[in-house]
Amino acid sequence: MLTRRIIACLDVHAGRVVKGVQFVDLVDAGDPAALAARHAREGADEIVLLDITATHEGRQTLLDTVRRTARELFVPFTVGGGIRTVQDAEQVFNAGADKVSINSAALADPALITAIGSSFGSQAVVVAIDARRNPQAADPAREAQVYVHGGRKPAGRSVVEWAREAEARGAGEILLTSMDSDGTRAGFDCDLTAAVSEAVHIPVIASGGAGTVGHFAEVFTRGKADAALAASIFHFGVSSARSLKEQLAASGIPMRLPC
Amino acid sequence: MRVTVIDYKAGNLTSVLKALHHLGAETEVTDADSALIASAERIVLPGVGHFAATKRLDDTGLTPAIRSAIARGVPFLGICVGMQWLYAGSTEAPGHAGLAHFAESCTRFPEAGEKVPHVGWNSLAPSNASRLLAGIQSGEYVYFTHAYKAPTTSDTAAITHYVEPFAAAVERANVMGVQFHPEKSGATGLAILRNFLHWKAA
Repeated sequence: MLTRRIIACLDVHAGRVVKGVQFVDLVDAGDPAALAARHAREGADEIVLLDITATHEGRQTLLDTVRRTARELFVPFTVGGGIRTVQDAEQVFNAGADKVSINSAALADPALITAIGSSFGSQAVVVAIDARRNPQAADPAREAQVYVHGGRKPAGRSVVEWAREAEARGAGEILLTSMDSDGTRAGFDCDLTAAVSEAVHIPVIASGGAGTVGHFAEVFTRGKADAALAASIFHFGVSSARSLKEQLAASGIPMRLPC
Repeated sequence: MRVTVIDYKAGNLTSVLKALHHLGAETEVTDADSALIASAERIVLPGVGHFAATKRLDDTGLTPAIRSAIARGVPFLGICVGMQWLYAGSTEAPGHAGLAHFAESCTRFPEAGEKVPHVGWNSLAPSNASRLLAGIQSGEYVYFTHAYKAPTTSDTAAITHYVEPFAAAVERANVMGVQFHPEKSGATGLAILRNFLHWKAA
Protein backbone atom coordinates (compact mmCIF):
# COMPACT_ATOMS: atom_id res chain seq x y z
CA MET A 1 0.00 0.00 0.00
CA LEU A 2 1.24 3.49 -0.85
CA THR A 3 2.13 5.22 2.41
CA ARG A 4 1.81 8.86 3.40
CA ARG A 5 5.17 10.53 3.75
CA ILE A 6 6.76 12.36 6.66
CA ILE A 7 9.33 14.80 5.31
CA ALA A 8 11.95 16.39 7.54
CA CYS A 9 12.81 19.96 6.63
CA LEU A 10 16.07 21.72 7.42
CA ASP A 11 16.27 25.49 7.01
CA VAL A 12 19.85 26.38 6.19
CA HIS A 13 21.68 29.69 6.32
CA ALA A 14 25.34 29.94 5.30
CA GLY A 15 25.80 26.19 5.51
CA ARG A 16 24.24 25.81 8.97
CA VAL A 17 20.82 24.59 10.05
CA VAL A 18 19.06 27.52 11.69
CA LYS A 19 15.60 26.05 12.17
CA GLY A 20 14.18 22.60 11.93
CA VAL A 21 14.60 19.59 14.09
CA GLN A 22 17.73 19.67 16.19
CA PHE A 23 19.18 16.78 18.13
CA VAL A 24 20.73 17.83 21.42
CA ASP A 25 23.03 14.84 21.53
CA LEU A 26 24.69 15.62 18.23
CA VAL A 27 28.16 17.08 18.67
CA ASP A 28 27.37 19.60 15.97
CA ALA A 29 23.63 20.18 16.03
CA GLY A 30 23.75 22.70 13.22
CA ASP A 31 25.43 20.56 10.58
CA PRO A 32 22.97 19.81 7.76
CA ALA A 33 24.73 16.60 6.70
CA ALA A 34 24.70 15.18 10.23
CA LEU A 35 21.07 16.20 10.78
CA ALA A 36 19.85 14.83 7.45
CA ALA A 37 21.56 11.49 8.07
CA ARG A 38 20.08 11.34 11.55
CA HIS A 39 16.57 12.03 10.24
CA ALA A 40 16.88 9.36 7.57
CA ARG A 41 18.08 6.86 10.17
CA GLU A 42 15.22 7.77 12.45
CA GLY A 43 12.56 7.17 9.86
CA ALA A 44 12.05 10.33 7.80
CA ASP A 45 10.77 9.35 4.34
CA GLU A 46 12.45 12.30 2.64
CA ILE A 47 14.66 15.24 3.43
CA VAL A 48 14.10 18.82 2.28
CA LEU A 49 16.87 21.40 2.62
CA LEU A 50 15.83 25.01 2.17
CA ASP A 51 18.44 27.70 1.73
CA ILE A 52 16.59 30.50 3.48
CA THR A 53 19.00 33.27 2.56
CA ALA A 54 19.74 32.13 -0.99
CA THR A 55 22.17 34.90 -1.83
CA HIS A 56 24.26 34.80 -4.94
CA GLU A 57 27.45 34.86 -2.83
CA GLY A 58 26.19 31.95 -0.74
CA ARG A 59 25.67 29.72 -3.78
CA GLN A 60 28.97 27.86 -3.52
CA THR A 61 28.44 27.28 0.19
CA LEU A 62 25.01 25.83 -0.55
CA LEU A 63 26.37 23.50 -3.24
CA ASP A 64 29.06 22.28 -0.84
CA THR A 65 26.36 21.70 1.78
CA VAL A 66 24.19 19.79 -0.71
CA ARG A 67 27.17 17.67 -1.77
CA ARG A 68 28.10 16.78 1.80
CA THR A 69 24.48 16.12 2.77
CA ALA A 70 23.73 13.95 -0.27
CA ARG A 71 26.87 11.82 0.04
CA GLU A 72 25.48 9.26 2.47
CA LEU A 73 21.75 9.95 2.06
CA PHE A 74 19.73 7.21 0.38
CA VAL A 75 16.22 8.64 0.62
CA PRO A 76 14.78 11.32 -1.69
CA PHE A 77 16.48 14.67 -1.16
CA THR A 78 14.94 18.00 -2.22
CA VAL A 79 16.78 21.32 -2.27
CA GLY A 80 15.12 24.73 -2.49
CA GLY A 81 15.98 28.39 -2.21
CA GLY A 82 17.40 30.69 -4.83
CA ILE A 83 16.92 28.37 -7.82
CA ARG A 84 16.10 30.81 -10.64
CA THR A 85 17.38 29.11 -13.80
CA VAL A 86 17.84 25.66 -15.32
CA GLN A 87 21.58 26.10 -14.68
CA ASP A 88 20.95 26.73 -10.96
CA ALA A 89 18.86 23.56 -10.87
CA GLU A 90 21.48 21.57 -12.76
CA GLN A 91 24.19 22.55 -10.25
CA VAL A 92 21.99 21.41 -7.38
CA PHE A 93 21.18 18.10 -9.12
CA ASN A 94 24.84 17.51 -9.91
CA ALA A 95 25.62 18.12 -6.23
CA GLY A 96 23.28 15.23 -5.38
CA ALA A 97 19.73 16.57 -5.02
CA ASP A 98 16.91 14.43 -6.44
CA LYS A 99 14.38 17.25 -6.65
CA VAL A 100 14.46 21.02 -6.62
CA SER A 101 11.83 23.20 -5.02
CA ILE A 102 11.06 26.43 -6.85
CA ASN A 103 8.77 29.19 -5.63
CA SER A 104 9.04 32.86 -6.62
CA ALA A 105 11.17 32.12 -9.70
CA ALA A 106 8.37 29.88 -11.01
CA LEU A 107 5.80 32.61 -10.42
CA ALA A 108 7.97 35.14 -12.23
CA ASP A 109 8.63 32.76 -15.11
CA PRO A 110 6.29 29.72 -15.17
CA ALA A 111 8.21 28.34 -18.18
CA LEU A 112 11.00 27.49 -15.72
CA ILE A 113 8.86 24.57 -14.45
CA THR A 114 8.71 23.07 -17.94
CA ALA A 115 12.35 23.81 -18.65
CA ILE A 116 13.62 21.99 -15.55
CA GLY A 117 11.07 19.19 -16.00
CA SER A 118 12.04 18.52 -19.59
CA SER A 119 15.73 18.19 -18.67
CA PHE A 120 15.42 16.30 -15.39
CA GLY A 121 11.91 14.86 -15.42
CA SER A 122 8.72 16.15 -13.80
CA GLN A 123 9.38 14.08 -10.69
CA ALA A 124 12.35 16.35 -9.98
CA VAL A 125 10.34 19.59 -9.90
CA VAL A 126 8.53 20.60 -6.73
CA VAL A 127 6.62 23.87 -6.95
CA ALA A 128 6.39 25.51 -3.54
CA ILE A 129 3.40 27.75 -2.92
CA ASP A 130 3.04 30.12 0.04
CA ALA A 131 -0.68 30.56 0.62
CA ARG A 132 -2.93 32.78 2.70
CA ARG A 133 -6.69 32.41 3.06
CA ASN A 134 -8.79 35.08 1.41
CA PRO A 135 -10.97 36.36 4.28
CA GLN A 136 -13.17 38.37 1.91
CA ALA A 137 -14.10 35.35 -0.18
CA ALA A 138 -17.16 33.17 0.28
CA ASP A 139 -14.81 30.20 0.68
CA PRO A 140 -11.59 31.64 2.19
CA ALA A 141 -9.60 28.39 1.83
CA ARG A 142 -10.66 27.50 -1.70
CA GLU A 143 -9.98 31.07 -2.79
CA ALA A 144 -6.67 31.39 -0.93
CA GLN A 145 -4.11 33.69 -2.51
CA VAL A 146 -0.47 33.13 -3.40
CA TYR A 147 2.06 35.21 -1.46
CA VAL A 148 5.71 35.97 -2.08
CA HIS A 149 8.56 37.56 -0.11
CA GLY A 150 8.12 35.28 2.88
CA GLY A 151 4.36 35.68 2.89
CA ARG A 152 4.38 39.48 2.96
CA LYS A 153 3.36 40.37 -0.57
CA PRO A 154 0.36 39.05 -2.54
CA ALA A 155 1.27 37.67 -5.96
CA GLY A 156 -2.21 38.40 -7.28
CA ARG A 157 -3.01 34.77 -8.02
CA SER A 158 -5.36 32.14 -6.67
CA VAL A 159 -3.56 29.20 -5.01
CA VAL A 160 -5.79 26.57 -6.62
CA GLU A 161 -5.38 28.09 -10.09
CA TRP A 162 -1.60 28.40 -9.70
CA ALA A 163 -1.34 24.79 -8.49
CA ARG A 164 -3.30 23.66 -11.57
CA GLU A 165 -1.09 25.70 -13.86
CA ALA A 166 2.07 24.36 -12.20
CA GLU A 167 0.82 20.81 -12.77
CA ALA A 168 -0.05 21.57 -16.39
CA ARG A 169 3.44 22.98 -16.91
CA GLY A 170 5.05 19.83 -15.59
CA ALA A 171 5.45 20.14 -11.82
CA GLY A 172 5.83 16.77 -10.13
CA GLU A 173 4.65 17.80 -6.66
CA ILE A 174 3.23 20.82 -4.84
CA LEU A 175 4.72 21.93 -1.52
CA LEU A 176 1.91 23.96 0.02
CA THR A 177 2.70 26.19 3.00
CA SER A 178 -0.11 27.88 4.86
CA MET A 179 1.30 31.24 5.90
CA ASP A 180 -1.70 31.64 8.23
CA SER A 181 -0.77 28.46 10.11
CA ASP A 182 3.01 28.57 9.82
CA GLY A 183 4.60 28.87 13.25
CA THR A 184 1.29 28.65 15.14
CA ARG A 185 1.50 24.95 16.04
CA ALA A 186 -2.30 25.07 15.94
CA GLY A 187 -2.63 22.54 13.11
CA PHE A 188 -2.28 22.41 9.35
CA ASP A 189 -4.80 24.29 7.22
CA CYS A 190 -6.75 21.20 6.21
CA ASP A 191 -9.39 23.04 4.17
CA LEU A 192 -6.69 24.74 2.09
CA THR A 193 -4.72 21.50 1.66
CA ALA A 194 -7.82 19.55 0.63
CA ALA A 195 -8.83 22.26 -1.86
CA VAL A 196 -5.44 22.05 -3.59
CA SER A 197 -5.13 18.26 -3.33
CA GLU A 198 -8.54 17.82 -4.98
CA ALA A 199 -7.65 20.30 -7.74
CA VAL A 200 -4.52 18.47 -8.98
CA HIS A 201 -3.40 14.90 -9.74
CA ILE A 202 0.14 15.33 -8.43
CA PRO A 203 1.05 14.84 -4.76
CA VAL A 204 0.55 17.71 -2.34
CA ILE A 205 2.91 18.16 0.60
CA ALA A 206 1.32 20.06 3.48
CA SER A 207 3.40 22.47 5.48
CA GLY A 208 2.80 24.93 8.29
CA GLY A 209 1.11 24.61 11.64
CA ALA A 210 2.06 21.15 12.92
CA GLY A 211 1.78 21.05 16.69
CA THR A 212 0.62 17.57 17.63
CA VAL A 213 0.58 14.05 16.20
CA GLY A 214 -3.16 14.54 15.77
CA HIS A 215 -2.53 17.45 13.41
CA PHE A 216 -0.67 15.09 11.07
CA ALA A 217 -3.48 12.54 11.23
CA GLU A 218 -5.96 15.29 10.38
CA VAL A 219 -4.04 16.65 7.38
CA PHE A 220 -3.65 13.11 5.96
CA THR A 221 -7.40 12.41 6.30
CA ARG A 222 -9.49 15.58 6.14
CA GLY A 223 -6.71 17.54 4.42
CA LYS A 224 -6.07 14.79 1.80
CA ALA A 225 -2.33 15.50 1.94
CA ASP A 226 0.02 12.98 0.34
CA ALA A 227 2.90 14.05 2.54
CA ALA A 228 3.53 16.40 5.43
CA LEU A 229 6.56 18.48 6.17
CA ALA A 230 7.79 18.46 9.74
CA ALA A 231 10.24 21.16 10.69
CA SER A 232 10.08 20.86 14.42
CA ILE A 233 8.47 17.61 15.49
CA PHE A 234 10.54 17.65 18.68
CA HIS A 235 8.62 20.60 19.98
CA PHE A 236 5.53 18.58 20.63
CA GLY A 237 6.77 15.55 22.38
CA VAL A 238 7.77 12.96 19.81
CA SER A 239 11.36 11.90 19.79
CA SER A 240 11.77 11.07 16.08
CA ALA A 241 10.03 10.66 12.76
CA ARG A 242 9.77 6.96 13.64
CA SER A 243 7.84 7.69 16.81
CA LEU A 244 5.55 10.08 14.93
CA LYS A 245 4.97 7.45 12.24
CA GLU A 246 4.27 4.71 14.77
CA GLN A 247 1.59 6.83 16.39
CA LEU A 248 0.06 7.72 13.00
CA ALA A 249 0.11 4.07 11.91
CA ALA A 250 -1.69 3.15 15.13
CA SER A 251 -4.45 5.55 14.14
CA GLY A 252 -4.81 3.90 10.74
CA ILE A 253 -2.67 6.13 8.48
CA PRO A 254 -0.48 4.02 6.15
CA MET A 255 3.16 4.64 7.06
CA ARG A 256 6.50 3.13 6.01
CA LEU A 257 7.30 0.99 9.05
CA PRO A 258 9.62 -0.42 10.19
CA CYS A 259 11.91 2.25 8.89
CA MET B 1 33.65 -4.73 -9.32
CA ARG B 2 33.11 -2.45 -12.25
CA VAL B 3 29.71 -1.17 -13.42
CA THR B 4 29.08 0.57 -16.72
CA VAL B 5 26.32 3.13 -16.23
CA ILE B 6 24.56 4.36 -19.34
CA ASP B 7 23.84 8.07 -19.53
CA TYR B 8 21.09 8.83 -22.02
CA LYS B 9 20.41 12.33 -20.70
CA ALA B 10 17.24 11.31 -18.90
CA GLY B 11 17.53 12.89 -15.51
CA ASN B 12 20.73 12.89 -13.55
CA LEU B 13 22.98 10.02 -12.66
CA THR B 14 24.43 11.38 -9.43
CA SER B 15 22.22 9.41 -7.04
CA VAL B 16 22.74 6.08 -8.82
CA LEU B 17 26.52 6.56 -8.99
CA LYS B 18 26.63 7.58 -5.35
CA ALA B 19 24.79 4.44 -4.24
CA LEU B 20 27.03 2.19 -6.39
CA HIS B 21 30.17 3.85 -4.98
CA HIS B 22 28.79 3.48 -1.45
CA LEU B 23 28.56 -0.27 -2.11
CA GLY B 24 32.17 -0.38 -3.26
CA ALA B 25 31.64 -0.51 -7.02
CA GLU B 26 33.80 1.29 -9.55
CA THR B 27 31.77 3.00 -12.23
CA GLU B 28 32.29 4.19 -15.76
CA VAL B 29 29.69 6.30 -17.54
CA THR B 30 29.01 6.27 -21.25
CA ASP B 31 26.51 8.08 -23.42
CA ALA B 32 27.58 6.83 -26.83
CA ASP B 33 30.59 4.54 -26.64
CA SER B 34 29.57 1.06 -27.82
CA ALA B 35 33.08 -0.23 -27.09
CA LEU B 36 32.53 0.39 -23.37
CA ILE B 37 29.32 -1.64 -23.55
CA ALA B 38 31.16 -4.39 -25.41
CA SER B 39 33.71 -4.68 -22.60
CA ALA B 40 31.25 -4.09 -19.73
CA GLU B 41 31.17 -6.44 -16.74
CA ARG B 42 27.83 -5.15 -15.45
CA ILE B 43 25.46 -2.59 -16.93
CA VAL B 44 23.02 -0.24 -15.20
CA LEU B 45 20.51 1.74 -17.23
CA PRO B 46 19.04 4.37 -14.90
CA GLY B 47 16.36 6.78 -15.90
CA VAL B 48 13.59 9.09 -14.90
CA GLY B 49 11.22 11.02 -17.05
CA HIS B 50 9.74 10.15 -20.40
CA PHE B 51 9.94 6.83 -22.28
CA ALA B 52 10.82 8.77 -25.46
CA ALA B 53 14.18 9.67 -23.85
CA THR B 54 15.29 6.08 -24.52
CA LYS B 55 15.23 6.91 -28.25
CA ARG B 56 18.70 8.30 -27.63
CA LEU B 57 19.94 4.71 -27.11
CA ASP B 58 18.96 3.97 -30.71
CA ASP B 59 20.35 7.27 -32.03
CA THR B 60 23.74 6.72 -30.40
CA GLY B 61 23.96 3.09 -31.53
CA LEU B 62 23.97 1.71 -27.99
CA THR B 63 20.89 -0.50 -28.45
CA PRO B 64 22.61 -3.23 -30.52
CA ALA B 65 25.64 -3.10 -28.19
CA ILE B 66 23.37 -3.62 -25.17
CA ARG B 67 21.57 -6.46 -26.97
CA SER B 68 24.92 -8.20 -27.59
CA ALA B 69 26.05 -7.66 -23.99
CA ILE B 70 22.83 -9.21 -22.70
CA ALA B 71 23.27 -12.14 -25.08
CA ARG B 72 26.76 -12.85 -23.75
CA GLY B 73 25.36 -12.94 -20.21
CA VAL B 74 26.38 -9.56 -18.78
CA PRO B 75 24.21 -8.74 -15.73
CA PHE B 76 21.93 -5.84 -16.69
CA LEU B 77 19.78 -3.70 -14.41
CA GLY B 78 17.26 -1.17 -15.72
CA ILE B 79 15.86 1.35 -13.23
CA CYS B 80 12.47 3.09 -13.66
CA VAL B 81 12.27 4.10 -17.34
CA GLY B 82 15.38 1.91 -17.75
CA MET B 83 13.24 -1.08 -16.74
CA GLN B 84 10.36 -0.02 -19.00
CA TRP B 85 12.76 0.12 -21.96
CA LEU B 86 13.30 -3.65 -21.58
CA TYR B 87 9.70 -4.13 -22.75
CA ALA B 88 8.34 -3.86 -26.30
CA GLY B 89 7.21 -0.28 -25.79
CA SER B 90 5.07 2.09 -23.79
CA THR B 91 1.86 3.93 -24.50
CA GLU B 92 3.77 7.00 -23.28
CA ALA B 93 5.63 7.06 -26.63
CA PRO B 94 3.64 4.85 -29.01
CA GLY B 95 5.90 5.41 -32.02
CA HIS B 96 9.07 4.32 -30.26
CA ALA B 97 10.04 0.70 -29.60
CA GLY B 98 11.82 -0.57 -26.53
CA LEU B 99 14.32 -3.44 -26.47
CA ALA B 100 11.48 -6.02 -26.43
CA HIS B 101 13.48 -8.39 -24.23
CA PHE B 102 10.15 -8.79 -22.45
CA ALA B 103 7.29 -9.05 -24.91
CA GLU B 104 4.70 -6.95 -23.07
CA SER B 105 4.22 -3.19 -23.19
CA CYS B 106 4.00 -0.54 -20.48
CA THR B 107 0.78 1.38 -19.95
CA ARG B 108 -0.39 4.32 -17.86
CA PHE B 109 -2.14 3.67 -14.56
CA PRO B 110 -5.90 3.76 -15.22
CA GLU B 111 -7.82 6.72 -13.79
CA ALA B 112 -9.60 5.30 -10.78
CA GLY B 113 -9.76 8.13 -8.31
CA GLU B 114 -6.14 7.66 -7.20
CA LYS B 115 -3.48 10.20 -8.06
CA VAL B 116 -1.31 9.51 -11.07
CA PRO B 117 1.74 9.57 -10.97
CA HIS B 118 2.34 7.04 -8.21
CA VAL B 119 4.79 8.82 -5.92
CA GLY B 120 6.12 7.62 -2.60
CA TRP B 121 7.01 4.54 -0.61
CA ASN B 122 5.06 1.39 -1.40
CA SER B 123 5.54 -2.21 -0.37
CA LEU B 124 6.98 -5.12 -2.34
CA ALA B 125 5.76 -8.69 -2.63
CA PRO B 126 8.90 -10.40 -3.99
CA SER B 127 8.84 -13.72 -5.78
CA ASN B 128 10.74 -16.49 -3.99
CA ALA B 129 12.61 -17.24 -7.20
CA SER B 130 14.06 -13.75 -7.54
CA ARG B 131 17.80 -13.52 -7.06
CA LEU B 132 17.78 -9.72 -7.37
CA LEU B 133 15.44 -9.52 -4.39
CA ALA B 134 17.04 -12.30 -2.35
CA GLY B 135 16.68 -11.54 1.35
CA ILE B 136 14.00 -8.87 0.80
CA GLN B 137 10.95 -9.61 2.90
CA SER B 138 7.39 -9.22 1.72
CA GLY B 139 6.16 -5.81 2.89
CA GLU B 140 9.48 -3.98 2.70
CA TYR B 141 9.08 -0.48 1.29
CA VAL B 142 10.79 1.15 -1.69
CA TYR B 143 10.43 4.59 -3.32
CA PHE B 144 8.47 4.95 -6.57
CA THR B 145 7.80 7.88 -8.87
CA HIS B 146 6.14 6.94 -12.18
CA ALA B 147 2.91 7.14 -14.17
CA TYR B 148 3.51 4.15 -16.49
CA LYS B 149 4.06 0.54 -15.41
CA ALA B 150 4.64 -2.96 -16.69
CA PRO B 151 2.08 -5.77 -16.31
CA THR B 152 2.65 -8.76 -14.05
CA THR B 153 3.80 -11.91 -15.91
CA SER B 154 5.80 -15.05 -15.16
CA ASP B 155 8.97 -12.89 -15.31
CA THR B 156 7.75 -10.57 -12.57
CA ALA B 157 10.18 -10.58 -9.64
CA ALA B 158 8.06 -8.44 -7.31
CA ILE B 159 4.51 -7.15 -7.35
CA THR B 160 3.34 -3.84 -5.92
CA HIS B 161 -0.27 -2.68 -5.68
CA TYR B 162 -1.33 0.79 -6.74
CA VAL B 163 -4.73 1.08 -8.42
CA GLU B 164 -3.94 -2.46 -9.61
CA PRO B 165 -1.07 -4.95 -9.25
CA PHE B 166 1.93 -4.11 -11.43
CA ALA B 167 5.49 -5.36 -11.91
CA ALA B 168 7.71 -3.58 -9.36
CA ALA B 169 10.60 -5.74 -10.57
CA VAL B 170 11.25 -8.05 -13.49
CA GLU B 171 13.96 -10.67 -13.88
CA ARG B 172 14.89 -13.33 -16.39
CA ALA B 173 18.38 -14.77 -15.99
CA ASN B 174 20.88 -11.90 -16.30
CA VAL B 175 18.32 -9.25 -17.27
CA MET B 176 16.71 -7.40 -14.38
CA GLY B 177 14.64 -4.28 -13.95
CA VAL B 178 13.13 -2.32 -11.07
CA GLN B 179 10.34 0.21 -11.42
CA PHE B 180 11.27 1.82 -8.08
CA HIS B 181 14.47 3.71 -7.24
CA PRO B 182 16.77 1.43 -5.23
CA GLU B 183 19.26 4.31 -4.90
CA LYS B 184 16.59 6.25 -2.97
CA SER B 185 15.02 3.39 -1.03
CA GLY B 186 17.13 3.32 2.10
CA ALA B 187 18.60 0.05 3.37
CA THR B 188 16.17 -2.06 1.30
CA GLY B 189 17.25 -0.37 -1.92
CA LEU B 190 20.94 -0.72 -1.12
CA ALA B 191 20.43 -4.44 -0.38
CA ILE B 192 18.86 -4.88 -3.83
CA LEU B 193 21.72 -3.04 -5.54
CA ARG B 194 24.19 -5.18 -3.57
CA ASN B 195 22.44 -8.32 -4.86
CA PHE B 196 22.87 -7.00 -8.40
CA LEU B 197 26.56 -6.24 -7.84
CA HIS B 198 27.11 -9.81 -6.59
CA TRP B 199 24.96 -11.48 -9.23
CA LYS B 200 26.79 -14.33 -11.01
CA ALA B 201 25.54 -16.69 -13.69
CA ALA B 202 23.99 -19.72 -11.97
